[in-house]
Order: sequence, then structure tokens, then C-alpha cells
Amino acid sequence: MSVVLEAKNITYRYGEGTPFETAAVEDVSFAIERGELVGVIGHTGSGKSTLIQHFNGLLRPTSGSVLLDGEDIWADPARLRGVRFRVGLCFQYPEYQLFESTVYADMAFGPKNMGLDEAEIDRRVRRAAQFVGLKESYFEKSPFDLSGGEKRRAAIAGVMAMEPEVLILDEPTAGLDPRGRDTILGLIREYRQATGSTILLVSHSMEDVAKLATKVLVMNRAHLAMYGPVPEVYSRGEELVRMGLNVPQVTRIFMELKKRGYAVSDQVYTVAQGREELMRLKRGEGVQGC
Amino acid sequence: MLSNITIGQYYPTKSVLHRMDARMKVILTAAFIVLIFLANRVASMALVLTFLGITVALSRVPLKMILRGLKAVVIIVLLTAVLNLFYVREGRTLVDVWVIHITTQGVYTAVFMAVRIMALIVSSSLLTYTTTPTNLTDGLERLLSPLRHLRVPVHDIAMMMTIALRFIPTLIDEVGRIMNAQKARGADLETGNLFQRAKALVPIFIPLFISAFRRAYELAFAMDCRCYRGGEGRTRMKQMKLALRDIVALLILAAVLAGVITINHFLPPVM
Repeated sequence: MSVVLEAKNITYRYGEGTPFETAAVEDVSFAIERGELVGVIGHTGSGKSTLIQHFNGLLRPTSGSVLLDGEDIWADPARLRGVRFRVGLCFQYPEYQLFESTVYADMAFGPKNMGLDEAEIDRRVRRAAQFVGLKESYFEKSPFDLSGGEKRRAAIAGVMAMEPEVLILDEPTAGLDPRGRDTILGLIREYRQATGSTILLVSHSMEDVAKLATKVLVMNRAHLAMYGPVPEVYSRGEELVRMGLNVPQVTRIFMELKKRGYAVSDQVYTVAQGREELMRLKRGEGVQGC
Repeated sequence: MLSNITIGQYYPTKSVLHRMDARMKVILTAAFIVLIFLANRVASMALVLTFLGITVALSRVPLKMILRGLKAVVIIVLLTAVLNLFYVREGRTLVDVWVIHITTQGVYTAVFMAVRIMALIVSSSLLTYTTTPTNLTDGLERLLSPLRHLRVPVHDIAMMMTIALRFIPTLIDEVGRIMNAQKARGADLETGNLFQRAKALVPIFIPLFISAFRRAYELAFAMDCRCYRGGEGRTRMKQMKLALRDIVALLILAAVLAGVITINHFLPPVM
């Protein structure tokens, strides 16, 4: 697999030259391969939101560089706008960015800014709407008449319609009820299967990340604390807890079971995995069971 | 760009000025502004400026912050000075070339006006730097409360001011967030002619208005839930009390006033 996005020693300081100077991101380096789904987790204020704003050039690193396909995105500031179309960034609570008179027009805002022709814009908007499950009957509605979850999906579709190579979603499930969360997570999975694009998913919930991600990036106090495949990172439970992160509830149950002498793996991150592990235990050890 | 707005900004330090009663600070600031315009001799202006300098030092607000407020009025100051320089005709002529006619009186007036405007800005921004918006509107409400008898809704006006001041930083943050979100969708805010740029602001302002209305509704509900029904019969958790320091401050300002009047009386006017 080839590297699509690379961070090289990125440091970002707020309020440089004033007494309030603080580093939000400090010397962070990593590479993301094409087609990967990377979960970005970290405590509030760990620098994850600041970090992702570097990838489409909204923030310029104080030092270090961001490479997209091996090219420094700040090499030619005139081409920065092009970078924003290739790296789609969907902020937290994206429904607050809706402004057009119809859902369709709002989803078309990004593609229109790209300078595409009408037919291509139409194709992209319809495709994005399909990904997020918005029916055509919604197209002519005002975005402000939709429900909370529908607004969120329309806003995400607005970013997907640009068909970026890399899609970054900042807490896409924040403030939604469990059903809304599952809908969003499901559509992210489907979008990835259909397009094969690279996705960065910022989340508080280690459960959500475990369900979807191939790799996890952990930020702690402006530094990159861990970066690797899900099992590798999640097996360092104690360290994660010290960073103010909670390993999934189901993982904690299995860690406790193992501690009490049951022959189970403590590397269980989703409820589905947990169920399988328990079934295996039951089959294998019959009497002892649980 | 947005971070340069200093109106109503508060700078927390633990100075004696911060601890003073807001009502006294409002009165003294108003009195000081009168003083600035009363002082029309070099000596009396020097006295007034010395007083201002000491107050600034006492506030422990960094000089950089104070001067930032002046940046906004540089053009007004320069314009006033230049106009006075050219249009005042009294006094001894210094320069008389073609239409340019500069007199000693013109120079004096120009310098005094520039100094006055700057002192005005510094003193009033010192008031907001050392007083939290809540205290300030509270103080104003108390000072204006006699107007209630004239059916002026003093409390409601003060509450509206408090809320407006409270939401300035929130809305500035919001603008930043919305701008970033639209930029991420390729919105181009920096290029194009005036008309194109104005049009590019639509995706910023519509979400901003919607969010402002949403916040207003939420706040109104929250106030309703806590049984807010205006100022009638409302008591306060923090009672304002005049302390010794407030009386001392009043006396010092009275002394400066007396000094200015004495100087004005005994020295000939420069303008």
C-alpha cells in the first residue's frame, strides 16, 4: 500500500510571541496508507482537532510539514484550495454549516466550488445522498426543516460530494442518540467499502473506533502517544486509562474475567467479539462455563 | 483580524483598581473625561496625564494591551490633529506657503486635541479592562436606577447590555468555526471583487444568524426556567458597597480637579 498522507514533525503553537503561547501539537509524525480507516482518539484538549486541521491546510504548522501524495501542501499556497477538495474535512456538529435554501443546493456547494459542470455536480450529489441515506424527496426541502440526525447526514453528504481522496470526520456521532450513532457509523463503513477512500475518524468513543478502524492514533497532551493497529494499541489498556481514555466496557469485563482465572482473551473490543469469545469458552470448557 | 476587537474586554489582575466599586469607577471615569477637556494649560494637562499614567500603572494591565486600543483610533487622531493644524488661524504665524497657513495656536490645538482623544480612549478602556462586564452593567444599572421613576426600563436595558457583551466572544468564536467549515468545502473568501466577496459571506452569515437565534431561544428558555421575570422585586447576591479605597480614589480625583482649576486660574491660557 502506498502512503497518501504524511505528517513530518508537525508542531503548532497558539499565540506565538505572547505570554499565552502554548503548543497544541508538538512534534507529531506519522504516515497513513491509502484505503486505511484511522481512528483518532484522545482526551478533550489533547490536540486532535488542531491536528486534523493541518491536513487540508486550514492551519499552517509552526514547524514541520504535511505531505499529500509525497508533496508538501504548503509548497504552493495558490494550490491550497485544491488540497481542500482532495482532503475533505467535516467538522464537529457539521449541521451548523448548512445555509442554502434546499438540501440539494447545500450538498452541491462543495462540488460547485470545485468548478465542475452541472451534470457532474448532479451525479456527485445524488451519489453522496445515497451514501447517507437521504431520499430524493428531501432534495427540495429546506435543510432547516430536517431532524437533527438528517441535518447531520446532509452536512456529511456535502463533504462526501466533493469525492475527496481522504475524508476526515471530527466526532461525527457527537450529540446523537444510540440509533443515530449506529446509522452514522454504518454509513461510514458503507462509504468506505464503496469508494475505498482513506478515512480519519476522530472520536471520543473507543467502542466506535474499535468497530470501524484498521489503525488507531492516540493523542495525549499535544504529543502522538501511540499509532498502530487496533489490537496493538488497545492491549495497552492501563496506559490509555492513564491518558484519561477508557477502554471499551466489554474489554474491561474480559480483562477482569481473565484476572479471575477464566481462560479468555483480554483482547476483546466489541460486543460481537465478546460474544464469540464466550461461545468459544463454553464449547471448549463445558463444565466451567459461565 | 477578529482578535483585535478590544471593546468591552476585561483583563484580569488583582490590582486595587479591579477591586474598586464599579459605580465609583464609572463616576470617576466620567469626571476624568471632563478633566481632560478642562485642562487647557500645559501644566494642567501634564497633571492630568500624570494622574492617568499612575492609574494605568496601578491597574497592572500591560501597556501593550492599553496601546492596542489606541491603534483603532490612530486615523481619527491624525485627522483631527491635521485639520486643527491647518484651520486654526489665531496666534503667531509659523508657516505661510501658498494655501498652507500654520500658526502657533494651530500647533497647540492640534497637539492638545490629539492628546485628549488618546487620553479619552485610554481612560475609558481602562474602565473596561479593570471591570468585568457584569460588574460594569450592574454599576450602570444602580447609577441609572433613579430614572426608573421616569418609566425608563433601567433593569431591562442593563440586562440586554450584559447579554450582548457576554455573547461577543462567543459569536466571534462561532464566526471562526463557520468560516473554517465553509473553507473546508472550498469557499473562497479572499479573492474576487467587492461584489463577489460580499456574496461569499452569505455561507458565513446565514449559519451565524441561525446560531444566534438558536442561542437566544435557549437562553430565554433557561431564564424562564429559573423564573426570571425582570427587575421587579429582584434582590442581589453580591451587594455593592463603597469601601475606603473608593473614597480615597474620589478624594484624589477631587485634588487633581482642584489642581487643574488652580493652574487654569493662575496661568494664561495657551489656546
